[in-house]
Amino acid sequence: MSFSWARQYEPKHPFMRWIDQRLPLPRLVYGAIGGGYPVPRNLNYWWNFGVLAGIFLTIQIVTGIVLAMHYYSSVDGAFNSVNKLIMRDVNAGWLLRYAHMNGASFFFIVTYIHIFRGLYYGSYKAPRELVWMLGLVIYLLMMATAFMGYVLPWGQMSYWGAQVITGFFSAFPLIGEPLRVWLLGGYAPDQAALTRFFSLHYLLPFVIAAVVILHIWALHIPGSSNPTGVDVKDERDTLPFHPFYTAKDGWFAAAVLLVYALVTYFAPNYLGHPDNYIPANPLATPAHIVPEWYFWPFYAILRSFTVDFIIPAKLWGVLAMFGSILLLFFLPWLDKSPVRSGSYRPVFKRFFWLLVIDIVILGYVGGAPISWWRTALGQAAAAYYFIHFLVILPLVSAFETPDPLPSSIRESVLHGEKAEAAPAGQAPRGGSVATAG
Amino acid sequence: MRFILGLIGVVFAAILLISMIGGLATHFQTPAAALAAEKLHEEPKHLRLASDGPFGKFDKQQLQRGFQVYSEVCSACHSMNLVAFHDLEGLGYNEAEIKKIASDWKTQVPSINPDTGEATGRKALPSDNFPSPFANETAARAANNNALPPDLSLITKAREGGAAYVYSLLTGYHNQTPALVKQYPDAKTPPGLHYNPYFANLNIAMPPPLTSNGQVSYADGTPATVDQMAKDVSAFLVWTAEPNLESRHAAGIAVAIFLLFATILGYLAYRQTWYEAKRAVRVTGPLEPENQAKSRKAKAKSGIAG
Repeated sequence: MSFSWARQYEPKHPFMRWIDQRLPLPRLVYGAIGGGYPVPRNLNYWWNFGVLAGIFLTIQIVTGIVLAMHYYSSVDGAFNSVNKLIMRDVNAGWLLRYAHMNGASFFFIVTYIHIFRGLYYGSYKAPRELVWMLGLVIYLLMMATAFMGYVLPWGQMSYWGAQVITGFFSAFPLIGEPLRVWLLGGYAPDQAALTRFFSLHYLLPFVIAAVVILHIWALHIPGSSNPTGVDVKDERDTLPFHPFYTAKDGWFAAAVLLVYALVTYFAPNYLGHPDNYIPANPLATPAHIVPEWYFWPFYAILRSFTVDFIIPAKLWGVLAMFGSILLLFFLPWLDKSPVRSGSYRPVFKRFFWLLVIDIVILGYVGGAPISWWRTALGQAAAAYYFIHFLVILPLVSAFETPDPLPSSIRESVLHGEKAEAAPAGQAPRGGSVATAG
Repeated sequence: MRFILGLIGVVFAAILLISMIGGLATHFQTPAAALAAEKLHEEPKHLRLASDGPFGKFDKQQLQRGFQVYSEVCSACHSMNLVAFHDLEGLGYNEAEIKKIASDWKTQVPSINPDTGEATGRKALPSDNFPSPFANETAARAANNNALPPDLSLITKAREGGAAYVYSLLTGYHNQTPALVKQYPDAKTPPGLHYNPYFANLNIAMPPPLTSNGQVSYADGTPATVDQMAKDVSAFLVWTAEPNLESRHAAGIAVAIFLLFATILGYLAYRQTWYEAKRAVRVTGPLEPENQAKSRKAKAKSGIAG
């Protein structure tokens, strides 16, 4: 696929040769995630999170399929099928359910780290624009899937979350309200909505899996990016994915699964909301309707628009919320700097960390109850979000003088294997072995 | 295109900043009066239970006492319809005891008269869920001053603060002082409600359920103070909400140990796999001269020796 020195699959066993000649599936796997995929040798641990996202997608699909065997998608039965049947009567049902609940949160945690890694190291730049855009498609599908999954237990937050989120559509003039009624199959979330959410919640993960294949396919054409952002020049810059990165991903996956297990077994409801243990009641609105934590930054952007400026505030909020994600599709053209890695971009780097803090603030504001100072803070943070991507990034990439790049990946590694990707001109952590002499 | 996108960004940001300035101006011109609920509401008291923490296990004696409080006090108004009588095995009751508890239960299970088909009731069986004290929501509201007593099966998971919240609520009733009413007129308890600062809006429809020491005579001889009864029933409601807590903790410890070993072995395997690759890089050769000069210059600039 990518590099001329990529190893070719050589079947060791006659049976594998027999298969390979008829259906080259072993060859495909070998080239995709085996010894046949050369990967830059200087990847740091931020590069582990893509594989982790794949692991959590698998966990979600497996636990979800078994949960669906016991779940009733009826407004009368859904809450009890989850909280009585699955949590109490199904063998290890509590484990499946808690693993699925927290698996969703961990899927988002690793995906967010994966996205921020892409933002810092410029992984969205040529020639990987389509990798980035397919990743955003996966992210949008994840959000839709997670939202519909949260509705399924039919608790108070399920119901009112569905009410609020489908309410976004009614912000659009003329078509909005009919569109909302059509999507819900009624004027409020009810049986029709619950059944279709269940159906789509079962479908979308497989669509995600399909787009993941496209994402990896598109990635394998130029090959993986790396912390220096310098292109691979020759064979000495790369190592085969297997066994080097399977080993590195392997131990790191075990470590992350350990954290996931600790949360799932010892604090399974920490990331959830207590109100979802109250059965849905269309007549009682919860005091604070909040979505799951992974939507908080966007919820904050939505709620930040409080002034009817030409069009209603609600429509501004909805446009800004969708816009805040859609603008990421334009990132490869907004940031024109030829240097990919943020490590060599002193100005960009500072703004990147400002963006991270900004999104954390937005998340806090989106999850907390409304108060005058939180609203003001959220408005400032939301304003910075748009200015960062749409104004600051293009300007920085036009005026910034980047630091000198290493001439090759191998050279950057020579600074000492501890700091696998220390930039040229910067002392690696823990002293240097190679540069002396 | 970048110009158009930049313009969109500026428009969004400008509207947000206008909203922010407008909101702040309104706040400082006419600050919203602090609500009594914000000032007087109290966070749950500290409650320590045997089931807390990763090694937590239920104190079955305490659960049985808590069940006694539920059956003699709470169950007059509160249903517990996700829990079946045979689940009481988890509290240490044997089959015969459970059979007796079920058949002695004060509310009957709705049934049909096999001869006439008319609605009737029958004695509960161990396989039945705890029957609701009221036939339906209307009956429950009619008997409780139009308030609906919530089902208690999941209550410790359905409230912020969990068991500590239940304990605080049960022991948190007190009369309002005249000074307090004077300071916060909107917190004044309306007729039919009861003042309780642990409840979200301060005045709760439930009358104080645990009022005097010795309200329940514990079978195990523990002195039944109000505090003790409140603790016991809170512990019991942790069990009703999470009956698999013990197996969850036990499985969690086993899984954590397994994954810890997997992490350590995986890390060692990783070091082993990469050893040659890292060494190979180190001894391949020196840096290219021009970059070495660059590196030296940068080091001199930042004051690092080398």
